[in-house]
Amino acid sequence: MEKVYHIAQHCAIKNQAVYKNGICIYEDEESETIKDFAKGVYKNLELKYPKFYKMDELCKLSFLASEVLLKNNEIEIDEETALVLANKASSLDTDRKHQKSITDKENYFPSPAVFVYTLPNIALGEISIKNKLKSENAFFISESFDADFILKYAKMLIDSEKATQVICGWADLDTDKYDVFLMQLTSENGKKLTTQEITNIYNNDYGRVSRRA
Amino acid sequence: MAELVEELKVKIIDQLSLEDIEVSDIGNDDPLFGDGLALDSIDALELIVLLEKEYGIKLTDPKQGKEIFQSVQIMADYITEHRTK
Amino acid sequence: MKPVYLVSDTILSPLGFSSEENIKKVRDNVSGIQLIDDKKLHKEPFYGAKIEASLLEKESENKKLTSYSKLEQMMILSIQQLLDATTSLNINEVGIVISTTKGNIDSLEIELHSEKAYLSNLSNTIKTHFGLKNLPVIISNACISGGLAVAVAKRMIQSEMYKDVLVIGGDLLSEFTLSGFFSFQAVSNAPCKPFSKFRTGVSLGEAVAALWLSDRDEINKTKIQITGEASANDANHISGPSRTGEGLYISITKALKEAKITSESIDYISAHGTATPFNDEMEAIAFNRASLQKVPMNSLKGYYGHTLGASALIETIVARHSLLNNELFASKGFDELGVSQEVNVLTENKKTTLHRILNTASGFGGCNVALILEKVNS
Repeated sequence: MEKVYHIAQHCAIKNQAVYKNGICIYEDEESETIKDFAKGVYKNLELKYPKFYKMDELCKLSFLASEVLLKNNEIEIDEETALVLANKASSLDTDRKHQKSITDKENYFPSPAVFVYTLPNIALGEISIKNKLKSENAFFISESFDADFILKYAKMLIDSEKATQVICGWADLDTDKYDVFLMQLTSENGKKLTTQEITNIYNNDYGRVSRRA
Repeated sequence: MAELVEELKVKIIDQLSLEDIEVSDIGNDDPLFGDGLALDSIDALELIVLLEKEYGIKLTDPKQGKEIFQSVQIMADYITEHRTK
Repeated sequence: MKPVYLVSDTILSPLGFSSEENIKKVRDNVSGIQLIDDKKLHKEPFYGAKIEASLLEKESENKKLTSYSKLEQMMILSIQQLLDATTSLNINEVGIVISTTKGNIDSLEIELHSEKAYLSNLSNTIKTHFGLKNLPVIISNACISGGLAVAVAKRMIQSEMYKDVLVIGGDLLSEFTLSGFFSFQAVSNAPCKPFSKFRTGVSLGEAVAALWLSDRDEINKTKIQITGEASANDANHISGPSRTGEGLYISITKALKEAKITSESIDYISAHGTATPFNDEMEAIAFNRASLQKVPMNSLKGYYGHTLGASALIETIVARHSLLNNELFASKGFDELGVSQEVNVLTENKKTTLHRILNTASGFGGCNVALILEKVNS
């Protein structure tokens, strides 16, 4: 019998605001840097996780989206919940930082704490560590969010019993632009999911959704 | 010496992104690893870079770090003796 | 699930520009690692495995590829080699998976916001060059990228996205990566020595490899099938390997389960073996937990250095040839065992009948992958 899939939860972080299931739960028009914005979200979520401050901005945003996604969630995740993320700019934001530290030979001090983040899949590692997910991980790179491929790949993981459910989506950061969209995909009760539905949710102009006071 | 100890604390907090920690939270003899500040292996490597960048001390053997990074006081003593800038 | 076969392959590395040349060099226990004195790469001489520039230039001039970057030239050459060797492959109907950690990262040296540095630029270049309908899929998952790409290709075939998938893996020896590994105090002061008591770290290398996977069973008489694969995260630390080998152990267990075999059926392990103190120790622990400590094992890092996005793909390809030729290769650089648990490191080449091989990789971010290849005679 063909399984049905559904999105249990979704979370988006864009334009200095955080949305859960389409509803704005946090916004901050004051912060001038992504670092400050991310710190504001962290404080707002009342997290106690000092490792957060050591992360690069791509990991911070991905991590925060996963925290929002999984907070008070109806369907609990387990050790076999896979993580599948994609983006366009890979870890280029941090790559440029590392490159700057080695360009001037008179002032050549590459930092291990920066270098370790010059791989996009570190974001998967950070989420895995926090949630103890000893599961399938994969980080893909594409021009834009490819809902069709991500959905197909996530279904493959569930169908082949490599995962019970999948947290998947898009986490892109490039200089001062970012766009994060995560969803919890399950095969439990719910209607059959199509690529179009995911694309619609992703493209949803959250700005028009009524904001919580 | 007291000045160097304070300066080191500021630099450690900054370099290791210990945002929720204040200078006054770090005791001179508190262990940096293990129970104390709970630093990890990347932090240890980062402290090696700090020694070279700020004080011109190049550790050739990463194992040396274990001895030197026991506490801020021990670090300050080592720097005083070996600094080249 | 339908069977997926490894049909043909090529390796472009310091050891040669074809699988045959590479296998011959490995069989002769020749290493590509040398002392490199190039200030553009690192301020002091270091041990690494670098492709002879003049060799690549000659190949690229012949094929009119000189307008492309070095990595693009190598990737295009590798795909072209696979296409030239067969008439049954229609490039427009295959899926392509590119595995790389850093792509054209050397372009950042010239321009910090270089377009070339975007990995998607690489897939666009390949698409345009070959006039493909579909954009290649890119996987960038640290040091397991090449192995994970093989697993992903298998899954794409089994879920009927494609009948044939080409996996192309590659990374360059760059100042970018070298400086990072040096800052981690993880570069060996001699050609790397996986699993040795005297190991002090990695030697980095560069290479591109390409592997054709297919569900068609009529192509080769002796078939090499990928019967199991799995990936798992340690959920422990972003750079330090797990002290219990957790993710690697889980990957191996799940891959064995999918292949419907137990550890006794494995004839050889192609390990990751980067030669850093912690990595090799972690692997030894994981292999023991999986009862694989008696199985002949090697690391190819002593031949190629660590080629990042290409490494696990090269290891899969060499493993395929091991199965085809019933031969195993000495683990280059190994002398005295330097891990706390028993492992059976190959100290010399060996001719022996092989049926099933385990290939593993582990990387930053706590990721691990295990692949099982099996020979099916018809």
